[in-house]
Amino acid sequence: MSINKLDSKIPEGPIDQKWTKYKSSVPLVNPANKRSLEIIVVGTGLAGASAAASLAEMGYKVKAFCFQDSPRRAHSIAAQGGINAAKNYQNDGDSTYRLFYDTIKGGDYRSREGNVHRLAEVSSSIIDQCVAQGVPFAREYGGLLSNRSFGGTQVQRTFYAAGQTGQQLLLGAYSALQRQIGMGNVTMHTRHEMMDVVTIDGKARGIIARNLITGELERHFGHSVLLCTGGYGNVFYLSTNAMGSNVTAAWKAHKKGAFFSNPCYTQIHPTCIPVSGDHQSKLTLMSESLRNDGRIWVPKNVEDAKLVREGKLNPNDITEENRDYYLERRYPAFGNLVPRDVASRAAKERCDAGYGVNKTGQAVFLDYAAAIERYGKIEATKQNLTNPDKATLTKLGNAVVKEKYGNLFDMYKQITGVNPYNEPMQIYPAVHYTMGGLWVDYNLMTTVPGLYALGEANFSDHGANRLGASALMQGLADGYFVIPYTIGAYLSTDIRTKAIPTDHEAFVQAEKEVADRLNKLINIKGTKSVDYFHKILGKIIWDECGMARNEAGLKKAIADVQALRNEFWTNVRVPGEVNEFNTELEKAGRVADFLELGELMCKDALERNESCGGHFREEFQTEEGEALRDDENFSFVSAWEMTQDAQWQLHKEELKYENIKIAARSYK
Amino acid sequence: MKITLKVWRQKNTKSKGQFETYKLDHVSEDMSFLEMFDVLNEQLINEGKEPVVFDHDCREGICGSCSMYINGRPHGPKNAVTTCQLHMRSFKDGDIIVVEPWRAAAFPVLKDLSVDRSSFDRIMSAGGFVSVNTGNAQDANSLPIGKDIADEAFMSAACIGCGACVAACKNASAMLFVSAKVSQLSLLPQGQPEAKKRAIAMVNQMDAEGFGSCTNTGACSAECPKEISLSNIARLNREYLSASVAGE
Repeated sequence: MSINKLDSKIPEGPIDQKWTKYKSSVPLVNPANKRSLEIIVVGTGLAGASAAASLAEMGYKVKAFCFQDSPRRAHSIAAQGGINAAKNYQNDGDSTYRLFYDTIKGGDYRSREGNVHRLAEVSSSIIDQCVAQGVPFAREYGGLLSNRSFGGTQVQRTFYAAGQTGQQLLLGAYSALQRQIGMGNVTMHTRHEMMDVVTIDGKARGIIARNLITGELERHFGHSVLLCTGGYGNVFYLSTNAMGSNVTAAWKAHKKGAFFSNPCYTQIHPTCIPVSGDHQSKLTLMSESLRNDGRIWVPKNVEDAKLVREGKLNPNDITEENRDYYLERRYPAFGNLVPRDVASRAAKERCDAGYGVNKTGQAVFLDYAAAIERYGKIEATKQNLTNPDKATLTKLGNAVVKEKYGNLFDMYKQITGVNPYNEPMQIYPAVHYTMGGLWVDYNLMTTVPGLYALGEANFSDHGANRLGASALMQGLADGYFVIPYTIGAYLSTDIRTKAIPTDHEAFVQAEKEVADRLNKLINIKGTKSVDYFHKILGKIIWDECGMARNEAGLKKAIADVQALRNEFWTNVRVPGEVNEFNTELEKAGRVADFLELGELMCKDALERNESCGGHFREEFQTEEGEALRDDENFSFVSAWEMTQDAQWQLHKEELKYENIKIAARSYK
Repeated sequence: MKITLKVWRQKNTKSKGQFETYKLDHVSEDMSFLEMFDVLNEQLINEGKEPVVFDHDCREGICGSCSMYINGRPHGPKNAVTTCQLHMRSFKDGDIIVVEPWRAAAFPVLKDLSVDRSSFDRIMSAGGFVSVNTGNAQDANSLPIGKDIADEAFMSAACIGCGACVAACKNASAMLFVSAKVSQLSLLPQGQPEAKKRAIAMVNQMDAEGFGSCTNTGACSAECPKEISLSNIARLNREYLSASVAGE
């Protein structure tokens, strides 16, 4: 296993001076040269839109691509909670160092100090930039910005716009991007999907894209290529990702030599609406904030759970002593507010033991009855009501809960048809975010020169577990404030390279390979739909490489995925033609890539003989069932190189902690 | 439950479309409307036919991709929801449901139920922004904005750009979409310097794209899944008029 291939290029010097010194010494590109340097940006979510707009403002020629019909629809738009920044507006002792520390600890000591500190440093500028763009963040009556707290922190540093923070931030970046498009500095290609990266002399020099309306393949040259294409959570079929979210761009880069890091680190969010049946196409997240007031429980008696599942027992009729508030029981200090990974595993443990409460046996209760009663009593006291009856208390309490969580309760009712004011909600964990991604150095460059990865598509900042409200921060940090500097280090050496004509052999060859693959897919003419394979793949990965993993299961999953991949390539049915608007063909290409990624995820999970963050190996736990990290042997980033089709070699980047003392995470 | 669908099928922008009738025998009331379409498409693929193309992505009501005209109403019979958040429990066993794409000259049909809404992006490029380059910003708290103003701007900014307002309008006007963006930015101090220029530029682009005129019927707001208020249009009219008088 080689280590020398992986140079993280972290600048020398004290942690709080690395970025400042780097910025002052990184080579610049003069304005005249910028005009002749072309940059391709794939994906227009927070990372892509902010990068494309910022680079165009600087004078580079930018070409941007997204598969959606508009850049505004990228899945960043669905982020609810907020964005962290070390502004310390609340005067509660926040600082760059504290944000840095919380992020490293939250990531279970598996992320890189240098990158995370830079993220914390630029966090403040993001808020400034967004406010200047007209992003309507929540404000106090005095007119200043409002903050709230989020999991894993002791300060209030989260900026938000109701439950639609991602939407508002993306619309800000999108408007900056549209401005540059209008000025002619960015050429935008919507409904285009990147099908491959083109490399010449080992450097990324362009992409092959497919026009999704006409089906035509196009060649695009760039002095460098930025992949801002999000995470790979849809490998599970059911996740909170959008239907179109995919790994294809990152995977094509991986096949062209970019190492893929920590694929086994996936974040499972504990509070999602459970699966209702086989027709389920995606899962909907209910904001983490619900755990502030809700109590999570299952019946104490397995017979009661069975009756509830069969619809013969109403949960409201189960008495207090017959309920198991398992988070409060297991984690008295943090109770219902333990971090995401811990809460998710505890729910799975109860359901696996037979205490699940919906038809499928995979749901637990999130109960607001106690909160409604508590708020009701407080309101009654405020209104000087003596001895109010239960109906009055409930009415008063409901009003408070409606004020705080009304939109979430409405959403729950809309989706499930159940009124959560009267009956406890049912929740279950679901795949939400992927910490793993393309390996990048401090410049955000992959192991392919000139090829960069930004946002969720890279692996760099969240270690083995991401804290809430940090994904938006990282996407915008990478796009607005990191890549505009770091790309100069590369492009300043490339100013003599003239635009390479796209009739170059490398473009011709890459396009031919893409065309061959599409034709192959459509000519299989098998008997099963793309979704059929995707659902089976999702179940394999969820069962064996989801919330808990073990050696035997992972080995079985690898064999199962390989077999499924073979079946896919001999029996998938893709209707229609290549040269037309063909959504099944789009899906087929993406699922084919997931079928390779799934295997690598299991391999990575099998290799990592420890439990950390989102990766829980059943063999490595304490007697109480808590995760057991092994810093001695596994304090490294795994970086997989694809040596040939579905064959990988593992490289390791050692993680060094010079500023933070490593400790165990305990929430007891 | 059993559902009969009459779905608009059209091969591409140039070809003529027609309705096709499909029967689904096992629809669960827990399905979303789009999940019912997944079931239809699975059925069509298994029968060796081409599935129905429709736009969708997040399936949680925020990306603005989904765009079906259901029984004569954009996003179907329920108020304040997108098609992806519409569930089959809103329908009855035996229902016949007619599904069409958005109909507007500025939204040409691409295939089946998918339309081209890039005209909205071009309107945004004309002026739907604050001209502030990355790195130019002052401290975020240096300019206090009253909570009521910030909240109002947020309400306007909640538009998801789905185009239901255009589909609902008998004139296919895009006034609600344009006015929501103009309002958001003109309410905030950051948007003030360009307010007049913005109103004129966005309205001109809207007209150039072939959207119709506003005749104040209010169908747009009634059908808007995010309940964007008609008062935005009044504000746009004021902004536009004052900009015109000022000779911008």
